[in-house]
Amino acid sequence: MTEAIALTALRRDFGERTALDCVALSLEEGRSLLVLGPNGAGKTTLLRILATLLRPSGGRAEVLGCELPGEAWRLRGRVGYLGHEPLLYRDLSSRENLAFHARLHGIPEREAAERIGFLLAAMGMERRADQRTEELSAGMRQRIAICRCVLHEPALLLLDEPDSHLDAEGRELARELVGPGRGATRVVVSHDPERALPEADRALVLGHGGVQLRESPAEELDPEEARSVAAGAPA
Amino acid sequence: MTREGAGVRVTPSRQAFAAILGKDLRTELRTLRSLPAMALFAVTTFVIFRFALDRTTLSGSLAAGVLWATLLFAAILGINRIFVSEREEGGFDAIRLAPIDRTVVFLAKAAALLVYMAVLELVTVPVFALFFLDSAAGLAPLALVILLADVGLAATGALISSMAVNSRARDLVVPLVLLPLVVPLMIAATGASDPLLEAGGPAYDRFGTWLLTLGLYDLVFLLIGYAVFDFLLED
Repeated sequence: MTEAIALTALRRDFGERTALDCVALSLEEGRSLLVLGPNGAGKTTLLRILATLLRPSGGRAEVLGCELPGEAWRLRGRVGYLGHEPLLYRDLSSRENLAFHARLHGIPEREAAERIGFLLAAMGMERRADQRTEELSAGMRQRIAICRCVLHEPALLLLDEPDSHLDAEGRELARELVGPGRGATRVVVSHDPERALPEADRALVLGHGGVQLRESPAEELDPEEARSVAAGAPA
Repeated sequence: MTREGAGVRVTPSRQAFAAILGKDLRTELRTLRSLPAMALFAVTTFVIFRFALDRTTLSGSLAAGVLWATLLFAAILGINRIFVSEREEGGFDAIRLAPIDRTVVFLAKAAALLVYMAVLELVTVPVFALFFLDSAAGLAPLALVILLADVGLAATGALISSMAVNSRARDLVVPLVLLPLVVPLMIAATGASDPLLEAGGPAYDRFGTWLLTLGLYDLVFLLIGYAVFDFLLED
């Protein structure tokens, strides 16, 4: 199997502060990686580096065969990123937002309309599709953000707490689009290891200051340890 | 269509440009956050000049000065806001995740400012003529001066606004940086407008020289924006 992600001694500094330090991992295509760690452990920073939104300060990062940051331009468009912000314009409707993203990703108009219709239906949002996103609840905005994330059928999904704001129905619908077994490689940050661990192939545990504490097959991670790490206890 | 070669997808620049410009214009049309304020500012300023100068007609350099000082400060209201939605609603991340040439963002934002300026002037220049001019004969050649000055103002404005948008003191940074940069543009614009607004009808003293100066300014700032904008969007 081809490697989708290969990181060696990856580091990211923000001024004097090190947010991520000495992270090394390897993930094969189509596999899922669960990233665990307390607040401030650098989980979001790691995802943003993989998404090409941040440059690494040191080490080596290769994603889908592209060396970062030098070949970031080759990677964009093959990554679906779901962060803390939904990346939706408040004054546009859900459908208009998705159409805008489809145009940015060069999806032909007719294909985009069909795909947007399918995704809105898949997330149970057809009836709200023409409402401005500022009028939607946080959970509904998260549903639309998930549609945005997979609109261009990315090969790599970077999901930062994808279940946040979602109710039980929303979580189930989201699983159909961004869950495992859909072919895409997944990197998932979660504070709910009980739910996320069984869906992961590998697990990466980060500690305070972004230090890598563990990188192993997911089944080797003790659920109790995963729970305590996610709860913010010192690992 | 998205170009795909060796696994690289790049959205054609024309499509990305149309997507960003269309989104900005649609949002402004829907929310009217910039244009009414710009127009109201300009008309109010003309009213103040009319009473403060205690003259029913203006001509030559005084007319040109009143016109361009008013248009410049009205434009700053729009320039201040042109990147706000990208900053506050995550648009910068969305754009940086898309497989597009990032300089397209600069061109689309400059084009949006150009449209704002054109709409502003369609409303305010007739008001200016009504308040201060004896004859409308100079307005036709003045349109060319306005167009060239607007291109320069839009290019400089998009560039400075993108730099200032991340600052908390955005409303202060834009005028502080922009105003010194547009001094040559304003000198050329008033120099070209002065003979066109003479009391006896339009004259064309050194008109070509001023137009050439305006054109050169436009070219220089479009090229600077094109060259540096990619770096401005980096983290």
